[in-house]
Amino acid sequence: MDVKVNILRYNPETDRKGHWEEYILEADPDERILDLLHKVKWFDDGSLAFRRSCAHGVCGSDAMVVNGENMLACQVLVKEVSTPIKIEPIRGLPVVKDLVVNMDSFFDSYKKVMPYLVNDTEPGERERLQSPEDRDRFEDTTKCILCAACTTSCPVFWTADTYVGPAAIVNAHRFVFDSRDNASKQRLEILKDVDGAFRCRTAFNCTSACPRGIQVTKAIEDVKRQTLTIN
Amino acid sequence: MKVIKHSFDGVIVGAGGAGLRAAIEAAPHMKLAVITKLYPTRSHTGAAQGGMSAALANVEEDNWNWHAFDTVKGSDYLADQPAVDILCKEAIDSVVELEHWGLPFSRLENGKIAQRRFGGHTVKEGEAPAFRACYAADRTGHMILQTLYQKCVSMGVTFFDEFQVLDIKIDDGVCKGVIAYEIATGNIHIFEARAVTFATGGFGKIYKVSSNAHSLTGDGPGILYQKGIPLEDMEFYQFHPTGIYRLGILLSEAARGEGGILRNKDGERFMERYAPSIKDLAPRDMVSRAIATEISEGNGAGPNNDFVYLDLTHLGAETIKQKLPDITDFVRTYVKIEPINEPIPVQPTAHYAMGGIPTDVNARVLSDATGTVLPGVYSAGESACVSVHGANRLGTNSLLDIVVFGKRAGQSMVDYVSSTKPMALSENAAEDLTNKIENLMDKDHNLEFSVPRIREELQDTMEENAKIFRTEESLEKQTEILTDLRDRYQNVTISDKGKVFNTELLEAIELEYLLDMSDTTVASALHRKESRGAHSRVDHVERDDKNWLKHSFAFKNDASVKLEYKDVELGNYEPKERKY
Ligand SMILES: Cc1cc2nc3c(=O)[nH]c(=O)nc-3n(C[C@H](O)[C@H](O)[C@H](O)COP(=O)(O)OP(=O)(O)OC[C@H]3O[C@@H](n4cnc5c(N)ncnc54)[C@H](O)[C@@H]3O)c2cc1C
Ligand code: SF4
Ligand code: FES
Repeated sequence: MDVKVNILRYNPETDRKGHWEEYILEADPDERILDLLHKVKWFDDGSLAFRRSCAHGVCGSDAMVVNGENMLACQVLVKEVSTPIKIEPIRGLPVVKDLVVNMDSFFDSYKKVMPYLVNDTEPGERERLQSPEDRDRFEDTTKCILCAACTTSCPVFWTADTYVGPAAIVNAHRFVFDSRDNASKQRLEILKDVDGAFRCRTAFNCTSACPRGIQVTKAIEDVKRQTLTIN
Repeated sequence: MKVIKHSFDGVIVGAGGAGLRAAIEAAPHMKLAVITKLYPTRSHTGAAQGGMSAALANVEEDNWNWHAFDTVKGSDYLADQPAVDILCKEAIDSVVELEHWGLPFSRLENGKIAQRRFGGHTVKEGEAPAFRACYAADRTGHMILQTLYQKCVSMGVTFFDEFQVLDIKIDDGVCKGVIAYEIATGNIHIFEARAVTFATGGFGKIYKVSSNAHSLTGDGPGILYQKGIPLEDMEFYQFHPTGIYRLGILLSEAARGEGGILRNKDGERFMERYAPSIKDLAPRDMVSRAIATEISEGNGAGPNNDFVYLDLTHLGAETIKQKLPDITDFVRTYVKIEPINEPIPVQPTAHYAMGGIPTDVNARVLSDATGTVLPGVYSAGESACVSVHGANRLGTNSLLDIVVFGKRAGQSMVDYVSSTKPMALSENAAEDLTNKIENLMDKDHNLEFSVPRIREELQDTMEENAKIFRTEESLEKQTEILTDLRDRYQNVTISDKGKVFNTELLEAIELEYLLDMSDTTVASALHRKESRGAHSRVDHVERDDKNWLKHSFAFKNDASVKLEYKDVELGNYEPKERKY
């Protein structure tokens, strides 16, 4: 079948601002949106820029806005979206070229929340023990692939880009609720800050945007509640 | 072109499991940079699913000698046994270390790391399948990659994200640094560094149906091969039995480890005929061949009889949800069927390179078949060939390989840097590369010589002629095709002439590595007149230990490939017939 695809193009070397380009592509309903982008790039306009690697929703490279919603282009099939298919870069981060945005501030926010296990006690020669129940408490947030779909769907983030954003809070959650970690207090102090978790207005955009099905808003609520336990 | 110079003691190319593990070891002792064409967390280590083996004995009696036996037998006796001993012995501490750094393994009721069964892993040298694979649901690789990156963040390791290394500088046999292309700007960066580790991953994109990411194009092996360094055991490429039909997306062996069964169109559990003792949990080379045989004998399912089924329907919704959540989600997303109720159409998919850059057990790169060390150059992970996997890798042994030998690469960098002085690179060190890029930019675009056209033909023909079963005829045919593709590649053109995010330019350069990987694979396969592990010659069906208990070394020789051989290092286990 023929599919009409509109892509928001922007080349900083030649364009003053973005503009829509239309492509008519021969496509199979079972193909991924990413396959359509490859068709454009490989057989029509080689200069189209987008990130991708794994092509099956596990690396987090290709978050973009498709028909108004954030998703991974490799995780959605042509038959699941209405046509014409409108594809734009994720919002709130500076566009580098076409569908590629600058991720620096996103990763800076991630690094701010101490996204690593802190435990200075001597672990001994074997693994630290953790019960399946304790392991389960942070299972959901271990799934994050740092794709930025949540953060860039957040209305608070759009207006205040100093807000650490849902993805950073998800990654803080992953350690705050890990029974092996000893730095929750420091992490929660960071998240109590003006640009931390309390900026969240529970819009739930992040939860619907997350391609890994993480309960992002719930994780933020858990973290907010936990900050009340420190003083 | 703008050229920027940096000075480091050591550089690691690649930020997958192997590169990050090397960085953790090296960073405290030198000025170190990690250069990666993808953001670290997007490396394909993150796609690994099933597990990482170590004889922790958390579920049942186990010891690393049994793990070593299985690895050697699985390798069809081509692995170097002293290296296998290191792999299996150091496995235990490696898993524990990852746990201490925060890796959220799945747990047993008693709080210890959970372990599951996997293909080819047995207790007591073949008695029964072993619970040896440590796992975190079916996203073990994701957790390893995240944990190692988190550790690097905590240590303040210096990263150059989305920088692609395109050249290495070796003067008079000594390494002096690498040249990288900054994807966001098109600027060229010279990195002076006397110790360089390549951890660039695999090259599954030489085939059409593959479990590998688009980025897995053999860059490290390609860059070194073009400088005259040989590639080892390239004829051994692993096809994983269970890729999603047509898409190649992997469904981990963990699915069979948890009890999944392969069935042909009649619903028959055909593995009972091919491997009576461990059936569906036989090593991958055997299961892939069994599937290919079922299909060629007309027992495949579907209108074209070209796939078989992976049946999980008897496992129950709870096991699937707890233990195989991601892979069953892939099936729901891409095939739109519910694996709890319906069997899944699968076919073998190009998966893992046993071959690669030759190294010793300290990850030092070897420049010939006699074991000469190339000073300052290291490799670890899928880009390297130690060899611990020989002719066929066992599942879960690669995640192990990347941490065990990644660490060793880091240690070797430290040893080398502390015993040598900085070396300077001249201002014009980037000239070869800038000329290459300017040449691609200057040529008018011609669709006939476009990257996707040449690449598609390469992948289609490799799939047809150099996949699971090979013959002299198919390989000779492919040699001719490759010569023709190589000629066309000399005229390759691109349409994007810009500096910012010009990934078309990078795809053009990567295509040359894919051609190098294909040339060496086909030449090595053509010369090896026996069947061993993943290399099955229909015209030489027997394994021939008298003549072929050897590693192959493929050198670039103008337009062709020259082969040399090196004896396998044996140890405790004498080659025997491989039966399961
Ligand atoms: C779907 C799938 C499932 C798997 N499951 C398992 C499993 O359960 N157990 C197991 O043991 N093994 C498994 N494997 C195999 C294993 O995951 C890989 O072999 C291993 O992760 C490779 O790690 P690596 O560090 O060598 O490379 P990768 O993780 O692929 O990393 C390569 C790195 O190199 C960088 N790079 C490449 N070229 C350049 C360049 N020119 N310049 C700069 N940077 C560059 C990339 O950016 C990336 O950071 C699986 C593989 C796949 C594909
Ligand atoms: S929480 Fe979900 S949407 Fe947000 S970065 Fe992680 S995976 Fe992406
Ligand atoms: S390409 Fe990896 S998530 Fe889409």
